[in-house]
Amino acid sequence: MNTAVGATHPYIEALLKGCEPGHDRPSWLGERRAAALERANALTVPTTRDEEWRFTDITPLTRVPFRAADAASRPGTTEIERFIAPEAAVRLTFVDGTFAPELSVNAGLPYGVVVTNLAAGLLTHGSVIEQHLARHAPFQQDVFVALNTARLHDGALVWVAKDQRCPTPVQLLFLSTQKETATYPRCLVLAEAGADLTLIEDYAGLTDGAYFTDAVTEVAIGDGARVRHVRLQREAGSAFHIATCAVGLAKDARYASHAITLGARISRHSLNVRQNGEGVEAHLDGLTLIAGRQLADTHTVLDHGRPNGRSRQLHKCIVGGAAHAVFDGKIAVAPGAQLTDSAQESRNLLLSDKAHVDTKPQLEIFADNVKCAHGATVGQLDAEQLFYLRSRGLSQQRARNLLTYAFGAEVIDRIPVPSLVEELEETVLAEIQSAE
Amino acid sequence: MTRPDSRILLEVKGLHTNVAGVEILKGIDLTVRAGEVHAIMGPNGSGKSTFAKALAGHPGYKVTAGTATFEGRNIFEMAPEDRARAGLFLGFQYPVEIPGVSNTAFLRLAYNTVQGARGKDELDPLEFDDYVREKMKLLDMDVGFLDRSVNDGFSGGEKKRNEILQMALLEPRLAILDETDSGLDIDALRVVSGGVNRLLTPDNAVVLVTHYQRLLNYIVPDYVHVMEGGRIVKTGGKELAVELEARGYDWIKGKAAA
Repeated sequence: MNTAVGATHPYIEALLKGCEPGHDRPSWLGERRAAALERANALTVPTTRDEEWRFTDITPLTRVPFRAADAASRPGTTEIERFIAPEAAVRLTFVDGTFAPELSVNAGLPYGVVVTNLAAGLLTHGSVIEQHLARHAPFQQDVFVALNTARLHDGALVWVAKDQRCPTPVQLLFLSTQKETATYPRCLVLAEAGADLTLIEDYAGLTDGAYFTDAVTEVAIGDGARVRHVRLQREAGSAFHIATCAVGLAKDARYASHAITLGARISRHSLNVRQNGEGVEAHLDGLTLIAGRQLADTHTVLDHGRPNGRSRQLHKCIVGGAAHAVFDGKIAVAPGAQLTDSAQESRNLLLSDKAHVDTKPQLEIFADNVKCAHGATVGQLDAEQLFYLRSRGLSQQRARNLLTYAFGAEVIDRIPVPSLVEELEETVLAEIQSAE
Repeated sequence: MTRPDSRILLEVKGLHTNVAGVEILKGIDLTVRAGEVHAIMGPNGSGKSTFAKALAGHPGYKVTAGTATFEGRNIFEMAPEDRARAGLFLGFQYPVEIPGVSNTAFLRLAYNTVQGARGKDELDPLEFDDYVREKMKLLDMDVGFLDRSVNDGFSGGEKKRNEILQMALLEPRLAILDETDSGLDIDALRVVSGGVNRLLTPDNAVVLVTHYQRLLNYIVPDYVHVMEGGRIVKTGGKELAVELEARGYDWIKGKAAA
């Protein structure tokens, strides 16, 4: 099954160096990894000639010769303290792709809630993992998902059994500490029928050097289950971050995504939400706050495959310096998905003349009795609001900061973890102040 | 009360102002002394609001000639925020909605900024909360307005109360209230006027910009100025407002032309 030779793209070949699946236990995992490796070898690095990557040039990524991270010394508890959400009594920390049990807390969960690393989870929950792993995020056409899957050796597993409620938010923290390394974080999140979970998926860096995070998260939400999913991308400034999150919603499932993008030199977040049962509800919130020469691309697909789905999406970008934000959001309504009620909004704030945003909201509707709305705005701060604040004594800078902050606060305030709301509010204020 | 011997707060001479390249104000002269209440009346389009915004420093209103001295300083050389800190206040005809900024945070920020600029003590959130609640009583305002976004979804009357609340907090030397009466029902008008009256002292002054005489029953002016075509065409006492109400602005137009 080893097909590591013969990759068509030298860059991918380099990334796959030493990747030899096929000998895994259990065998199904080896087979899936081998299939992914085959696809990784067959696919090429996307360019701006690919429609899905039209606005996002990742050439700089291919100029860095990333290697697999070695088992360097791990950070101490004090070094990671600033990343920890105090509400999350359960936390898994991965350092350069490797599970760090000494920086993790996962004891004391009630029966029916499991938060552990995938390697350990395979021993106890193999059959449920087999049903879902690499089944929600297809790797056939996506080289980065294929790479991640081919490289899959560990990751995070969150499993909440039928009708169980995870009593605390769960934080999955992926830290990079070594420059010029590539890591492949993987999360599998399973909320069975009637389950309830709040998840914080968090990517951060402890090095100033360039590194590459290629992440895949799969979330399966059962009948009537509810998942709140906070995603924080606060990678180091020279990092590359390419991530795919695939979410499957069963009947009456409820899913709320709060995706915050702050870091990385170049980042891409693809969020694919698929409605597989009737009557689901999905809220997709996004906030991108970038400056300098950052590029942040968010691609979302909300696929209403069944009737009676309701979705609300609000994606905001605050772009300073010479940064470039991309939003491509597709709402698809399949034939027969009647009574879909969907609204999507893309709102963008440019803080400088060189800041740039490309926004592409799309509706693909193949059912006739649906309600779908979408809109996009790109603008600067409102002159009347600025004058109003200044007429009350606020300096022009203070007034600008307050209005910029308020623009982002709409998304931040809805995050279901109070400490993150507070922290992000401070981060946004600091970012805005340094950006101007 | 007219106080010919009291201190001059504002002195405007020969003010010309353009908006989008069109000359709106064509030579305004006005002197306001401490302790006085002035009313500026006039038909729509006469330049009343332009005058108010030009004094407050709206960037869209370009002063092309004339001077305005506020407590001895040339305000046209000052940024809007510096005018506010110096004690000039504009009550907006259309208060601006700012979703995402809580009213209480905004009020405290404005209060502390102005206090700091005047060398006075700032208040922490708890102290400010007590302080603002006292001021809200003056205007019969529900404390629920503190938690909402600035003016967001407020009714017309609620917005105007919020303006006067800001005036009460910032304690300006000179408040220019632009059509504060518009959009108020009679009960709200009474409450808002009562609030303004209680803020008046011998050391400050108010300029009321209004289309109707109604407001002047509640806040009694010492001077009534009538604007027409970008100029003050007539100045009188409070009885001028009553006469205008009875005879209409055409009466002034006729007189001005004559």
